[in-house]
Parts: sequence; C-alpha cells; structure tokens
Amino acid sequence: MFTGLLDTLQRLGRAWLDFFNRLGRGNLFLLHVLAGLPGLLLRVRLLVQQIYSVGVLSLLIILVSGLFVGMVLGLQGYRTLVDYGAEESLGVMVALSLVRELGPVVTALLFAGRAGSALTAEIGLMKATEQLSGMEMMAVDPVKRVIAPRFLAGFISMPLLAAIFSAVGVYGGSLVGVNLLGVDEGAFWSQMQSAVELEKDIYNGVVKSIVFGFVVTWIAVFEGYDTVPTSEGVSRATTRTVVHSALAVLGLDFVLTALMFGEV
Amino acid sequence: MIETQEQDDAAILVRVRGLRFARGRRWIFDGVDLDIPRGRITAIMGPSGTGKTTLLRLIGGQLKPHAGSIRVDGREVPKLGHTALYELRKRMGMLFQSGALLTDMSVYDNVAFPLREHTALDERLIRDLVLMKLQAVGLRGARELLPNELSGGMARRVALARAIALDPMMIMYDEPFTGQDPISMGALVQLIRLLNDALGLTSVIVSHDVQETASIADYIYVVSDGKVVEHGPPEALNRSESPWVNQFMHGLPDGPVPFHYPGREYLDDLLDEAG
Repeated sequence: MFTGLLDTLQRLGRAWLDFFNRLGRGNLFLLHVLAGLPGLLLRVRLLVQQIYSVGVLSLLIILVSGLFVGMVLGLQGYRTLVDYGAEESLGVMVALSLVRELGPVVTALLFAGRAGSALTAEIGLMKATEQLSGMEMMAVDPVKRVIAPRFLAGFISMPLLAAIFSAVGVYGGSLVGVNLLGVDEGAFWSQMQSAVELEKDIYNGVVKSIVFGFVVTWIAVFEGYDTVPTSEGVSRATTRTVVHSALAVLGLDFVLTALMFGEV
Repeated sequence: MIETQEQDDAAILVRVRGLRFARGRRWIFDGVDLDIPRGRITAIMGPSGTGKTTLLRLIGGQLKPHAGSIRVDGREVPKLGHTALYELRKRMGMLFQSGALLTDMSVYDNVAFPLREHTALDERLIRDLVLMKLQAVGLRGARELLPNELSGGMARRVALARAIALDPMMIMYDEPFTGQDPISMGALVQLIRLLNDALGLTSVIVSHDVQETASIADYIYVVSDGKVVEHGPPEALNRSESPWVNQFMHGLPDGPVPFHYPGREYLDDLLDEAG
C-alpha cells in the first residue's frame, strides 16, 4: 500500500520533470530556430518551396471546410434568429463568429492536422534516416537549413489561411442565408458591414491566427526534431503534434478571448 | 615538447587519448587511445554494439566525451565552438551506413548539395565538379535518379561522391560493407582504397566485416568492452595469440566470447519449469 503510493508519487514526479525538461529543450530549440531566420532573407527560394508545401497544399481543405462551416452557421443562425424576427442580422452573426473565433481556431486545428503532422513526420523521418545527422557532418546546420524555412512558412501561411477560411465561410453563410432561405441580401451585407469593426474584430482575429500559427508550427517542428528515431517514435511524435497543437490552440483561444473581449 | 607535438600533428591526423564516454550508466569507452596516421586507411573493428559508430560521432564532434582528448588536425574537437567545429567538418567526410542521402533530391543535387551550401561557385562549375565526383564512383549515368530508385550499394557510392565533393582531408566510413552483395562489396572495397591513394585522403573504416576490412586496411584497432584490445597491421592481428582476437578475426562461434548469453544453469532452468 505504502510502496504503491510512493510509486505513484515517483511517477508523478518523473512526469513533471520530463515535462519541464521538454519545455526547456523546446524553448532552446526555438531560440536556435529564430537565430536561423535572418539567413533566410538570402535564400528566398527555400522559403517559397516550404510555403508551397505547408500553405498552398493546405488550401483545399481550408476552402472546403470554410465553405461548409459558413453554410452550417447560416442554417443554424437563421433558425435561431427567425424566432425573434431578427434574421436580417444573420450576416453579422456569421461574420463575427468566423472572424473572431471559428476562422482562427478551426483553421489552426485543420492546419495542425494537415500541415503540422506532415512537418513532424517529414522532419522525424529525416532524423530517423540520418539525413539531419548527415547534414551536420557536412557542416550544414539542419536547424537553419531544414527547420527555419519550415517554421517561417507555417508562421506566414497560417494567418493567410485563416483569412481565406473566414472569407469563404462568410460566402457560404450568404449562400444559405440569402440564396436558400431568402434573407434580404442588402440587409445581410449592410448589417455585417456596420457591425464588424476593423480594430476590435478583424485585428483581434488576425492576432489570434498569428499566435496559433506560431504555436502550432513550433510544436510541429520541435516534435519532428525531438523524435525518437524509429518508426514508432515518428508515429508517436506525429500524434503528439496534433494532440498538443489542438489543446494549445483551444487553451490559448480562451486566454486570448478573455484578454481581448472579456471584462475580466 | 611543443616540437614533438607539431611533428605528431604532421604525421597523425586523429589522436585519441584516454577517451571515456558513457551512455546511461554503461561505459561505452573506458580509456581508449588510438592514432590515425595521415594518408593511410585505419580500421576500427569490434563486435556489434561496441560503440564503433559512436567513436566516429565523437571524432566528428556530434557527441562530447566525458573525459579524454580527441585531436583532429591539431585541434581539440570537444572544445571547439559551433563555428570552428563546422569549419573543421567541411574538411571531414562521413559515409553513413544508410548513405543518409537527402530523399527529396536527385543524385546530382545530392552531390551538389555541399558545394552549393559552402561555396559561391557558378552552376556550370558545380556541374563539372559533380560529374567528376560521380564519374569517380561510376555513377555519372545515374545522376537523374532519386535516392529511392538506387540500390543500397549505389546509394553508398553516391554518398561517397558527396563526401568527397569538398575535397576533404579525411573520410570516415561507418560499416561500409554491411548488407552488400559480392559485386557492390568488391566495388566499394576497391573504391575506398583507390580514393584514399588517388586523393591523398586519410580513411577511417569502422566495420565488423573482417575479411574485406583486413584486405584494404593498413592498420587495425580491435575494440571491445570499451577498450582497445589489440592493434597492429592486419597480418599481425591474423596471427594474434590473444584467444579473443583470434576468435574475432577468424569468426569462431565459441571461445572467450561465449555462444550462450549469460544466464542461469540450463538444468536448473528446465527443472524449475517442470516443478
């Protein structure tokens, strides 16, 4: 009984130590990556390649998801608003939900699943097949050559993808609201225009998406670089990227929302 | 004293003294001394799991020893800073067991990689250099292929072409013969000797393939249990009187290294199960 308790305590202690150990390594790694960013100015081609594979290749899933999320918002919003005779505010509801919350959050979750997992798996496999080690021995710093361009590409792509998601979502909302359910088109757009504020809504949404982009890409490249170099290790790292990114995004979303909109 | 040190550096490229390195609680190296002379092929042999690859990583500065000194070309590797270490590595080539080719690039781009990273040469000049290196390993015709289209032996030859791209002073080979068919094995053995002599390289081969290694090495260190067990030219080791070295060099199944993994008495184990 007593030893059982001790064992549990020991495991708990070890888990905490491991956690802080990883956090420390993750931060040192981030510093190393950030130090590699200025060098990218001279090698724009590397960056463009990565923006293509991280950002452009994620476009389809973002477009389709954005459209459907907007259409669902249109349907659900209409059903609620029509009871109060306020269906003309549908545009406002759709736009604010997307720009403030769903755009950055859902994009970040999709981005973690589509681009983050791919980044982790790619870097992890490069480590497992000694490609990173090989670069080191060729006197090429893999953090600068491989990680930094991927990190910056993710950081740049994520806010753009979130903006595209919101725009497509608003279009989806209008498709359902205006074209299908017959909300007045003029009211839909003009109410949206007067209610959505640039500073309060758009800027805050953009800030969120920038923060999420930073965190998700950081987690993805760190998990890849820190992989145990076996096939099992790569698969675990990929899973961790998606799970940790999702938790980090949702947790940070609450914090950011409280700071931006809360009266707390 | 200083003069002898300089003389030593002129003759000896890599000098390891009192090297100690541990993984977890296990000492991989416990007081290893060895000298790798310039212009020669030196082999480091020993059973699997004796940390031969670890030794190459220590020489290349990817790992830091817990004690002892590793001097490469007169520089103390563990004490070098990031920039100095990377400068030194430009003059060291390493051939990984897997080849470690970059999988998203063609053979040509793989060999061009170190040239593009470290030099500002014109693309036309790079092309000539790459073709020369590929010609040396006999794969000029395969330059458009991707690494996943190469056989294991070809991948190692491409990696070799890449390792000599910057004309290094030394090349370290990590198990170059493992898993090769007889033809590509023969090609590799010949290439290592040829490149060493033609380019004036210093070669370090880490291997447990006794016959092939002994056929090209000028000098062999046999490492086991964290120590250098014996060293000398291949002929001397073949005639070694140490039972352990004898077992290793001639591949005998039983001897000082027992066939059975240590455990309880066989009879006790069987009776236990029955009871």
